[in-house]
Amino acid sequence: MTQLSHIRNFSIVAHIDHGKSTLADRLIQSTGTVADRDMKAQLLDSMDIERERGITIKANTVRLDYKAKDGQHYVLNLIDTPGHVDFAYEVSRSMRAVEGSLLVVDASQGVEAQTLANVYQAIDAGHEIVPVLNKIDLPAAEPDRVRAQIEDVIGLDASDAVLISAKSGLGIPDVLEAIVHRLPAPKGDRNAPLKAMLVDSWYDAYLGVVVMIRVMDGVIRKGDRIRMMQTGAIYGIDKLAVLKPQMVDIAELGPGEIGVLTASIKQVRDTRVGDTITHEKKPCDQPLPGFKPAQPVVFCGLFPVDANDFEALRDAIEKLALNDASFSYEMETSAALGFGFRCGFLGLLHLEVVRDRLEREYDLDLITTAPSVVYHIYMRDGSMMELHNPADMPDLTHVDHLEEPRIKATIMVPDEYLGDILKLCQDRRGIQLNLTYAGNRAMVEYDLPLNEVVFDFYDRLKSVTKGYASFDYQITGYREDDLVKMSVLVNDEPVDALSMMVHRARAELRGRAMVEKLKELIPRHMFKIPIQAAIGGRVIARETISAMRKDVTAKCYGGDATRKRKLLDKQKEGKKRMRQFGKVEIPQQAFINALKMDS
Amino acid sequence: MKRRARLAKTCTDAKVDLGEVEDWQVGGFAIYVHWPFCLSKCPYCDFNSHVSSQIDQKEWLDAYRLEIDNLAAETPSRSVQSVYFGGGTPSLMLPETVEGVLDGIRRAWPAANDIEITLEANPTSVEAGRLQGYRDAGVNRVSMGIQALNDQDLRKLGRMHTAKEALAAYETARSIFDRVSFDLIYARQGQSLADWRGELSQALDLSPDHLSLYQLTIEEGTVFAERYHKGQLRGLPDEDLAVDLFSATQDLCEAAGLPAYELSNHARPGQESRHNLVYWQGGDYGGVGPGAHGRLTLDGTRYATAQWSNPAAWLQAVRAAGTGQRTREPLSAEDRFAELMMMGLRLRGGIDLDRAARLRGEDLPQRQIHDLIEMGKLQISDGRLAATEEGRLVLNAVLRELLV
Ligand SMILES: Nc1nc2c(ncn2[C@@H]2O[C@H](COP(=O)(O)OP(=O)(O)O)[C@@H](O)[C@H]2O)c(=O)[nH]1
Ligand SMILES: C[S@@+](CC[C@H](N)C(=O)[O-])C[C@H]1O[C@@H](n2cnc3c(N)ncnc32)[C@H](O)[C@@H]1O
Ligand code: SF4
Ligand SMILES: [Mg+2]
Repeated sequence: MTQLSHIRNFSIVAHIDHGKSTLADRLIQSTGTVADRDMKAQLLDSMDIERERGITIKANTVRLDYKAKDGQHYVLNLIDTPGHVDFAYEVSRSMRAVEGSLLVVDASQGVEAQTLANVYQAIDAGHEIVPVLNKIDLPAAEPDRVRAQIEDVIGLDASDAVLISAKSGLGIPDVLEAIVHRLPAPKGDRNAPLKAMLVDSWYDAYLGVVVMIRVMDGVIRKGDRIRMMQTGAIYGIDKLAVLKPQMVDIAELGPGEIGVLTASIKQVRDTRVGDTITHEKKPCDQPLPGFKPAQPVVFCGLFPVDANDFEALRDAIEKLALNDASFSYEMETSAALGFGFRCGFLGLLHLEVVRDRLEREYDLDLITTAPSVVYHIYMRDGSMMELHNPADMPDLTHVDHLEEPRIKATIMVPDEYLGDILKLCQDRRGIQLNLTYAGNRAMVEYDLPLNEVVFDFYDRLKSVTKGYASFDYQITGYREDDLVKMSVLVNDEPVDALSMMVHRARAELRGRAMVEKLKELIPRHMFKIPIQAAIGGRVIARETISAMRKDVTAKCYGGDATRKRKLLDKQKEGKKRMRQFGKVEIPQQAFINALKMDS
Repeated sequence: MKRRARLAKTCTDAKVDLGEVEDWQVGGFAIYVHWPFCLSKCPYCDFNSHVSSQIDQKEWLDAYRLEIDNLAAETPSRSVQSVYFGGGTPSLMLPETVEGVLDGIRRAWPAANDIEITLEANPTSVEAGRLQGYRDAGVNRVSMGIQALNDQDLRKLGRMHTAKEALAAYETARSIFDRVSFDLIYARQGQSLADWRGELSQALDLSPDHLSLYQLTIEEGTVFAERYHKGQLRGLPDEDLAVDLFSATQDLCEAAGLPAYELSNHARPGQESRHNLVYWQGGDYGGVGPGAHGRLTLDGTRYATAQWSNPAAWLQAVRAAGTGQRTREPLSAEDRFAELMMMGLRLRGGIDLDRAARLRGEDLPQRQIHDLIEMGKLQISDGRLAATEEGRLVLNAVLRELLV
């Protein structure tokens, strides 16, 4: 048990690649929490996918023991949060468990869209914020300019910003001192009834469900019987530990402390993030204000390539969902793809991450259908239904009107690319809300339909600005528009998995782009294949894949037999990534790529 | 006359009662000997060929003989239907070397009465000078790599001979051997349909008994491939022209009495290459020399074998172990079926359906066969499945349908 005055709880907020994970590594290392020989880069990014993609997806936490220059021992709890907009929700709830933030800004880049989004969350959570300018080892670093920018754009005093190089370790002692002296200690009453916040929970193969908590008042001990105030469930604590970052058992946690517990909880879904944990016998009277659960905004179908894998997919999805409460699923049947699941995600990155994990960790081959947002369909009878799947679009005669989700997008971009950005947003039915300059960077705000953003907006943004733009968004609400369902026919057969909702004015363009893309993506067959896009019965775009006329090996003698057989074996593997529609084989990749537009 | 009739029969692998014999015996048994050296490397060629100035042919002969003896010990009591010296450029072998190899083979296995012994020759004057020596050593068929009949294209193909030289070498070969075949590469850069028709007619006027006519293939790892990927290999025919070139080839050869018996091989009936038929009809063959492949059925299991490709590595392995074999992989029923289809559908005569079903050990892919017949790519007659001319042109796609 640590004195409140000797505890500091903080998180690090930053735009992607500004050095959050590297700084976390340095803090872990220089406090001796992990021995140098056990140190690996991005220690807190534990999932394979996190390491590979260099992003943080789940919040992670670590407890650091720090002997400050004043000779006192402090406990510093760091919660490393995701930076990507898809996981903004994850960020906001972790923020509620700590009192302060380090705002890390790359001194060679300056403030970016995610910097803004994340720092506003920290401000909303009432945090004390210490600006940290990273990468000052780079020749392009301009700490003065960036300091001014933090003041102009965010309105934070940056005169005391800590200058560091997380890479070389320069300035790390100053960061530790700033945490101790500039961030507030937590408050709480040790003698009050137990009140702890359920910050996060995840599934561990060995331990079962692990619950991360932040104690507000009271003391929690191993063996205690606890009650989850929202769900009413009662559990006995089997294990109480702190993360360093691996688990180290601890006898008790008092106010201000952060740790984890296990309590024979079957699945993550039995826990509710934001719930209040108290003692069964001596409960607190007021629960903490709850969090609203994350709402999936992007839906797509996931189907096994091999229909026999359906049960395996169900199993995998259920297991994965145990550990990711923000992802939803329900069974779906498609005429073309058979049995699968309609799944909801926080965004496109979340979708990709889940799909990757299903494929990798559960060894499944999947087909992903066109991502779709949630439309609100207002029926003539006055009722409203949510449309998660264009294939479920009801008969138009019963429909009064449709509404689609809109977002407010914030884009920061060097001014030489501003024109391209404005054009991109305009093409995507955007309405400009605001345009301001900070130095030679422009900040634009757009009101955009989410469905124009989910497919490839971010890719396009990066490519038209050579990677110099940053982007963040929040959903603002629903608005009526002239939306229609576009279906796609390959060899005269409708491929339901490729149907999509589009704005009528954009339908022809999208249809044309779609059939052209499919023409590239579907390999030639021995017969010719018409590809059409249609609205209702009306064809709006058409292409034909000509029949293959020649595909033969001129010479085939002794040694070639082996070569050719091996090639066929390889093609067998490749074929698993194809789906048969009538007589036509469509590569799995086509389902995602067909939707990426080059407008 | 008698001999011809028999050969013709081999072209459509005769029905054999497998209660008595093993599957490979339908195709027969042959020996392939690889000579891995050339005077220079042609820019389109991905064969296992190397340019080397120091070749001790005595050393090579010894190694070949060791490997032959080793192979013979595994495959006793078979008779050899064919021996093929391929390359590289086997016409760089000294006649004594060829003689020594053939001597080793004769000692190892009884030869079929009508054994075919082919040697691949490059058509330069130097090599023409050695042809009589090969004949004396026992070679009875020559396959010449003429490739083109005009000097400009020969230069582009990186060949060391002129058209005139090639024709002279061909005439010399004809005067020495009963059976002479030659190879041409077509669908070359800038070659029009009319160009090729003219060139092929000229070739047919030489009244060969056998012709191998290959469309130029850009093989990975070659100089041509490198240029091709850089966009520097211009004027290659598009698909439509390639199809027209192929059709014209079929028509002209057919009219001249040399129908295609395999995708790229044409012969006067009875003059088909027995050796190549062993491959396409699923016979056994032993591979001798660097990079040589083999198919051997031993105690009921069929193996795919391959020797070390690198000449020095092969030599060293033979010296150390008596064989330069690098891999030996048992083939499953599925593999064997796949190979039978891959090879057999190249033949105009196709494959015997009963044999295919027997090899596969289960039913044939009936639905796919049916669809491909509907599409006009395959046909069945007299219990044999064969590709149509249209089907042969897309054989890779047909095989994907059937096997993948
Ligand atoms: N030159 C330099 N590079 C750094 C520094 N800190 C981080 N980086 C690099 O910046 C990239 C992104 O860092 P990372 O910690 O993964 O950023 P995150 O996305 O915010 O977690 C990595 O390639 C780091 O090696 C620094 O102080 N100087
Ligand atoms: C073993 S190779 C070469 C034999 C001999 N060394 C020669 O060059 O004449 C047999 C035949 O394959 C053909 N060939 C080789 N590479 C080819 C390619 N890339 N495309 C088409 N035919 C090719 C040539 O016609 C060649 O004669
Ligand atoms: S084509 Fe013939 S001569 Fe040319 S490198 Fe290949 S094997 Fe040697
Ligand atoms: Mg990171």
